[in-house]
Amino acid sequence: MDPALIRELKTLLGSPNVLTQTEDLMLYEFDGSVEKGRPEVVAFPHSTEDVSRIMKLANKFQVPVVGRGAGTGLSGGALARSGGIMVVFARMNRILELDLENCRAVVQPGVVNLDITRAVEHAGLYFAPDPSSQKSSTIGGNVAENSGGPHTLSCGLTTNHVTALELVMPDGKIIRAGSRHGDAAGYDLCGLLVGSEGTLALVTEITVKLTRKAESIETLLAVFDSVGDASRTVAEITARGITTSACEMLDGWTLAVIEDYLNAGFPRDSAAVLLMEVEGLCEAAVSQAAAVAEICRTNHAREVRTARDERERDNLWKGRKNAFGAMGRLAPSNYVLDGVIPRSKLPEALERIHEIGVRAGFRIGNIFHAGDGNLHPIILFDPRNAQEFANAVAAAEEIIRMCVSFGGSLTGEHGVGMEKSELMPLLFTDADFDLMRRLHDAFNPGCSLNPGKIFPVSKGCGEIRVGKSRRNAGRTT
Amino acid sequence: MTLAANASARLASLLGSERVVSSQTDLQKYAISGQVPGGAIRPANAEEVAEIIRFAAAENLALVCCGSRTKAEIGMPPRRYDFALDLSNLAEIAHYDPEDLTLSVDAGLSLGALEKVLAAKNQFLPLSVPCFQTSTVGGTIASGVDSMLRLLYGTARDFLIGAEFVDGKGQLCRSGGRVVKNVTGYDIHKLLIGSLGTLAVITRLNFRTFPRPESRAGFLAGFATPEAALSFRKSLLSSGLPFSGVELFDPRFAILLSGVLSGTSTSASELLNHSRWIVYAAFGGQETVVRRIQRDSQDRASKAYAVVSGILDQRSNEIFSDALREAFIWLKQSAADVAILRLVQLQFTPADFQEFHKVKWRSSQEPALLLSGCGTCLLAFSCEGDNEGEREALERHISELLSRTSYKASNATLLHAPARLKGCCGVWGPVPPGFPLMQSVKSAFDPQNIFSSGRFVGGL
Repeated sequence: MDPALIRELKTLLGSPNVLTQTEDLMLYEFDGSVEKGRPEVVAFPHSTEDVSRIMKLANKFQVPVVGRGAGTGLSGGALARSGGIMVVFARMNRILELDLENCRAVVQPGVVNLDITRAVEHAGLYFAPDPSSQKSSTIGGNVAENSGGPHTLSCGLTTNHVTALELVMPDGKIIRAGSRHGDAAGYDLCGLLVGSEGTLALVTEITVKLTRKAESIETLLAVFDSVGDASRTVAEITARGITTSACEMLDGWTLAVIEDYLNAGFPRDSAAVLLMEVEGLCEAAVSQAAAVAEICRTNHAREVRTARDERERDNLWKGRKNAFGAMGRLAPSNYVLDGVIPRSKLPEALERIHEIGVRAGFRIGNIFHAGDGNLHPIILFDPRNAQEFANAVAAAEEIIRMCVSFGGSLTGEHGVGMEKSELMPLLFTDADFDLMRRLHDAFNPGCSLNPGKIFPVSKGCGEIRVGKSRRNAGRTT
Repeated sequence: MTLAANASARLASLLGSERVVSSQTDLQKYAISGQVPGGAIRPANAEEVAEIIRFAAAENLALVCCGSRTKAEIGMPPRRYDFALDLSNLAEIAHYDPEDLTLSVDAGLSLGALEKVLAAKNQFLPLSVPCFQTSTVGGTIASGVDSMLRLLYGTARDFLIGAEFVDGKGQLCRSGGRVVKNVTGYDIHKLLIGSLGTLAVITRLNFRTFPRPESRAGFLAGFATPEAALSFRKSLLSSGLPFSGVELFDPRFAILLSGVLSGTSTSASELLNHSRWIVYAAFGGQETVVRRIQRDSQDRASKAYAVVSGILDQRSNEIFSDALREAFIWLKQSAADVAILRLVQLQFTPADFQEFHKVKWRSSQEPALLLSGCGTCLLAFSCEGDNEGEREALERHISELLSRTSYKASNATLLHAPARLKGCCGVWGPVPPGFPLMQSVKSAFDPQNIFSSGRFVGGL
């Protein structure tokens, strides 16, 4: 990295807001994925103007820029694949305005997802997108990745809750898109920008919708002796037109691992459990919960538990929310996959995942959003063992290919990033890439923002320097 | 201007003469604001669409895509209009998985025909728009018109999960997929919603479908003042009750609606004829839920000093909501010349209403006002008569309302107006923030500017 750039960056932001030491930079070379990519310098802007100046400086020195929130992403979206400047939004973390009457909040990108809800829950409102990382992931990262969560089923992804954005373009210009209402004149730029994984612009301010809390929530846990029965239950709930607000599945092995960790009273000998919620008016929630319980029993659930109060509800969710932590006790690393299938294909898909695991020699856990067909198989592996790592990656790829062959998709909520860019041709043709490329270039012509993401390397930015990825370097812990 | 004879002939030889419409009588129906295209082509599938677009790009011919042409007047007249691309032959359901609640449908299929297929599986698509029976799915998405069910189900952007379309280079592209949760690649299909055919020719759309509520019903309350009606509207919107729509309308609108409903068996007509401000709430669900919402609405109406109120049972409500859904159509026909303005704001106050009503045509004709729970407001002005001074006052008024657009206030569009008014006021109001990016997006999709040239915001 050009020392002149570092000097100018320090003048711009002040030395405490610029990291250059290797030991500091190493902290930013990972996210939650199995990828890595180290930035050459890390910058902490405090304002939109700071971001604009950083961008102009990057242009002057012709280095790439990648934005980052809390680094909890699971596809390598916030990694500096080509080095350059990493813009970390941690210090742009203010809630700028709460417009409770109109159910809107205006926030900086570094605000933590759950902090929006904490700021408005006194008014009976909340911010609906709830990724599992919501205690630490930032709204800026959620916007970049179009994050979902267990309640996506009824509430939608981040994109359904963003009405306006302030952007810093690759040339440093500051532009607004959308409107506070959401119905802005012209093309739906917010619709394109949310989920564009930081490849089109840096987002410096976000206007989000706030959602009114439901009058009543019923939480159920159903225990099954067969994965097939649990899968068929999900398919039948969907087919019967019951919209659960969440419908999560955990396989029995995963649940036993969680129980070993939490001692929360979950069965150790089940094949699968479903954690489901229905919400709405009391009348609707109660009768829908009864209908869900009945479907579970018809499909041979051996037990259906219903939470009687908030404490019991938290207890039922505890297993789901601590699942990844529990997995950490079994292996040095885990690879959380993210694929989507039509919900009617659930039983078949789970069988195939099991077979793939057996063949590759892995025990694959499944904790996932069954209600919208969003699978999260977890492969436990030791990254110090190169062969095991390669096998894990191969098994992951096979599972994702299976999702596509079922009419599904590469990713439901984690994004493409570095992880799946080379799999994109499974879904998209050269013509699709050509249009995506032209759209990309309309925003980011010099490819200075987050190069090496989304597009397969052969179809991406012409001359980017692609750093080492997992393909040639296993993750070290 | 006519489509060059040799171009017509070459298209006929490419696709068959039955695909090409060239008789002047037949071409009249493709006229937009009096502009008749030189030709019209009716492709049979997406591959033919792509072939036509490649031909148009090579010959630099400008086209406007259409379905059943029910919303063709929205937007400015095209700058160039060499031919119409009529997609009504693309009308297949490519994929419908009722158990997964997903659907993939050709752009030219009508909403009415689609509704029948979905109803057989007790499902529906929440696109309740004017000209419902004949509107095509593609035209509904491209025009971005409001759905009556938006309050509960959102806009198309909330349930459109993928699309196939032909870009300006004649390439058949796709975006999204057929699963309900998907973040693979750019959400290009969202750009197509409301883009008025200026970016691409939509050939197929993928949606998530929804279970039909067990029953539907409505509630009507009449108020003496706009203040009281607005206050009741606010009380309903903040109640947490799952209304599929909350519509407020003024006495003038109520009289027109009453005329539309005359002769039908709905119990609503009586409530509409007493110069009142009316709030209509629509809802559905299980019987117990419907009864609870009726009860709560009634309580809230009493507390808000409603002069009259009443419940609409399933049948009455269906008639009433169908009539309301078609308001855009019958408002246009309510006088010889009508202008319909759509305003979007997060909040509306009595002062806003006063401002909307300040110019009266011929001193008696107030505009008709319909305000949805989502904050979209339709204002229909009668432009009849030949008093130049009054006409200029109306033009000034509409221009002022169009320019209210701001980051907070959002959006104003002149949906329908006589050519003269469109000419002097424009249709779209000032260019929105981010307009340079929109120009870049347009160039990326349609580098030669052959799609619906000049019809959209800022001349896009």
